[in-house]
Amino acid sequence: MNTPIPNAILRSSSVTPAASLPPAFSLPMFGSRVPAGFPSPAEDYIEKELDANELLVTNPAATYFVKVSGQSMRGCWVRDGDIVVVDCSITPRRGMVVVAVLDGEMLVKQLDVGSAGEPLLKPSNARYPTITVQEGQDFLIWGIVTWSLHRQAHS
Amino acid sequence: MVFAPTGSFVSDSPKRLIALVDCNNFYVSCERVFDPRLRNRPVVVLSNNDGCAVSRSQEAKDLGIKMGAPWFELRHFERSHGLVARSSNYALYGLLSNRVMSILRDMAPGQEVYSIDESFLEMTGIADPLALGREMRARVLQWTHIPVCVGMASTKTRAKLANHIAKKSLKCQGTFNLESLTPEQEDRLLGKIEVGQVWGVGRRISDKLSRMGILTVRDLKRCDPDAIQDRFSVVLARTVSELQGIACLSLEEVAPPKKQIMVSRSFGELITTEEELREAVVHYVTRASEKLRQEGLMAQTLMVFAHSNPYREEDTQYRGARVIPLVTPTQDTRKLIAAALTGLSEIYVAGILYKKAGVMLTDLVGQDIQQEDLFAVSDSEGSKRLMQVLDTINKHHGRGTIAMAASGLNEQRWRMRTDLKSPAYLSQWKELRIAKG
Repeated sequence: MNTPIPNAILRSSSVTPAASLPPAFSLPMFGSRVPAGFPSPAEDYIEKELDANELLVTNPAATYFVKVSGQSMRGCWVRDGDIVVVDCSITPRRGMVVVAVLDGEMLVKQLDVGSAGEPLLKPSNARYPTITVQEGQDFLIWGIVTWSLHRQAHS
Repeated sequence: MVFAPTGSFVSDSPKRLIALVDCNNFYVSCERVFDPRLRNRPVVVLSNNDGCAVSRSQEAKDLGIKMGAPWFELRHFERSHGLVARSSNYALYGLLSNRVMSILRDMAPGQEVYSIDESFLEMTGIADPLALGREMRARVLQWTHIPVCVGMASTKTRAKLANHIAKKSLKCQGTFNLESLTPEQEDRLLGKIEVGQVWGVGRRISDKLSRMGILTVRDLKRCDPDAIQDRFSVVLARTVSELQGIACLSLEEVAPPKKQIMVSRSFGELITTEEELREAVVHYVTRASEKLRQEGLMAQTLMVFAHSNPYREEDTQYRGARVIPLVTPTQDTRKLIAAALTGLSEIYVAGILYKKAGVMLTDLVGQDIQQEDLFAVSDSEGSKRLMQVLDTINKHHGRGTIAMAASGLNEQRWRMRTDLKSPAYLSQWKELRIAKG
């Protein structure tokens, strides 16, 4: 009754990738070599290919991809048509580029705080105005931009 | 079943505590994640074919909109109160549900995912369960923007009740531990809740209970389980025991393997020809067999059915179904399609206006515990590889990129009506949410 359940079982997913399953009709007696004696020394050096997700998506449950339209954030390397990686688990801080919701609109801006403590949404392009969040507006920091992806060429 | 708690260990046998975390108005909340215009206004999500409200925002509930209300009766709220309707986007809801469930799994020593928007969690031995409950709420909200409520108690049935209280009482702020009350406080609280709110007590049972003078949860809790078993059922007797704090339902950490896979839809418009019906059925078999392979299963029986619209009394009513046993277990789309079309040709009757069709795969077995039939040809290696390639391409390039020719390439009239469906924000690069820079 008191046996703890190993985490591996609790976390096992019911979906097994088809590719990793053994062929159904292989004959187990000859199917594979059974390693005996010393394990292969090469096994310690087997490395995986780089995976962009490991770099861009450090917290999958909280990370979203969002497309940007408009040039107000050029100065922060976020341009029209770019895709930004948004991590919602990061605590917002001054100076961060954020995705914010303001009265039903979704905006990408740099977060700042005004003299009276009011949130400011600043562009990084002189041709756009800074937005001061007024009391009574529906305002929410949706997430923090951790990467901006700008396409340089089509393959 | 007791878990080794990851938090601080209180005693050798800490008192059992289970949490039920339930997403508020889940489908509507999912729609709001990527469309902030839907915040603070009445929203409903409609069932397949845009028929009836299956999820309502609080603002919609406040307008008096009932669960299951047909859309044509609600449309007038569009103008008068800014009601917004969305077609159901089950791909989006499924992906967001995965995120919510994985966040919760990492916060508790044990989890049973109960439905798309509900999860039981093991809380036994946690030093400050209320604080953990609040943290769960805050984290799910921040990471996924989905609001949830957390109810905690010593049994599943009590936890479900605690969740109901967490939802209804503003004072709780979405988190409530039923075991934090004194027996007198609990009596007073349960005396105010109708018996129909108890998990598993449906309309029929609550009517019968109230005729016996059992009106509130407190009344039901005071009943003798044996007497209830005599007058009702062992299920309701168990519910009474659970209300009294005696656990009868265990936490099932590993979801039982699927027993059947069903894909069926109502058609956008009534269809009559066998050709159109065949296209629809091929499409459903394709989906069902994709699911089958995802689960690593094989089917031994297939059922195909089609019927007319029972709500159109002026039409000739017809229901046809055929069960086809498969010679060997299979997960090959082509074999399943062949079986389904054989069945369909037997049930098709000309002159009927068909409203709905579907397929169900049953008698499912794991693909690795298969028995070879001496005389039959089972799925070959080539078939498996072909199916893998098919699934991979459709996964990366969108569903239906490669399909069986029989599913038809012309305009598909039988497809589900999804006029008001939101984009595939989480699963298609071309449909990402756009933010203004």
